[in-house]
Amino acid sequence: MSLTPKDKATVKLFWGRMSGKAELIGADALSRMLAVYPQTKTYFSHWKSLSPGSPDVKKHGKTIMMGIGDAVTKMDDLERGLLTLSELHAFKLRVDPTNFKLLSLNILVVMAIMFPDDFTPMAHLAVDKFLCALALALSEKYR
Amino acid sequence: MVEWTDSERAIITSIFSNLDYEEIGRKSLCRCLIVYPWTQRYFGGFGNLYNAETILCNPLIAAHGTKILHGLDRALKNMDDIKNTYAELSLLHSDKLHVDPDNFRLLADCLTVVIAAKMGPAFTVDTQVAWQKFLSVVVSALGRQYH
Repeated sequence: MSLTPKDKATVKLFWGRMSGKAELIGADALSRMLAVYPQTKTYFSHWKSLSPGSPDVKKHGKTIMMGIGDAVTKMDDLERGLLTLSELHAFKLRVDPTNFKLLSLNILVVMAIMFPDDFTPMAHLAVDKFLCALALALSEKYR
Repeated sequence: MVEWTDSERAIITSIFSNLDYEEIGRKSLCRCLIVYPWTQRYFGGFGNLYNAETILCNPLIAAHGTKILHGLDRALKNMDDIKNTYAELSLLHSDKLHVDPDNFRLLADCLTVVIAAKMGPAFTVDTQVAWQKFLSVVVSALGRQYH
């Protein structure tokens, strides 16, 4: 399921349109994930508030999107590009990799809302492949 | 038994009342077949599925999408007993169609994306929570009779 040149071009195109609203998008996707999949809240028990719009959610949404934006620039070698992040997730955060799928779905939902006409099935396919590849690279160091 | 709040019932009823079953059914099934191409294994008798364009124009797929939405409508009309409402449908998918139940989740995710695109900002966090709860009950009921 590796990324074709067309997939990469599609992802870069959408990222270009999203990067200006990265914080909003990240916060929205994260809020949706926390609400729809309450088990994901277990990773954030140290936050004061988990409600949409809370400072912690906004800040972390931005952090996540910055990470994804970085991954977009390293699409040709995600495993090497995301080495540090993978080590962070593996040894410190220890997020069960199943959860990457849950966040990915919510990023796709936010994109569908933002780009109702342009987020075609082919675009969805490209972005989903990218997010899957990203998740794989992130879990590279787990074991 | 699944407990539904009044708010959840209202949200789900409202979503369905504003849905064009043909449009959403066709779009969701096509999206599933394109984004998750292995799901095409169940549609061998449905004509040309060669690429995204042919899938999107395929009338048999469109008709089946509508059928799926009408199936969901049955769940809507029997929200307090989706498990039993879908018992026969579950057996059909298990014994006759031999569909891997994981595929139900894939189609459910595509439905969510299509409805998010349709509703735009009206697809709020609360709306999504209720909608995905409904779909997860449907998916669970569909897999219930597998043996």
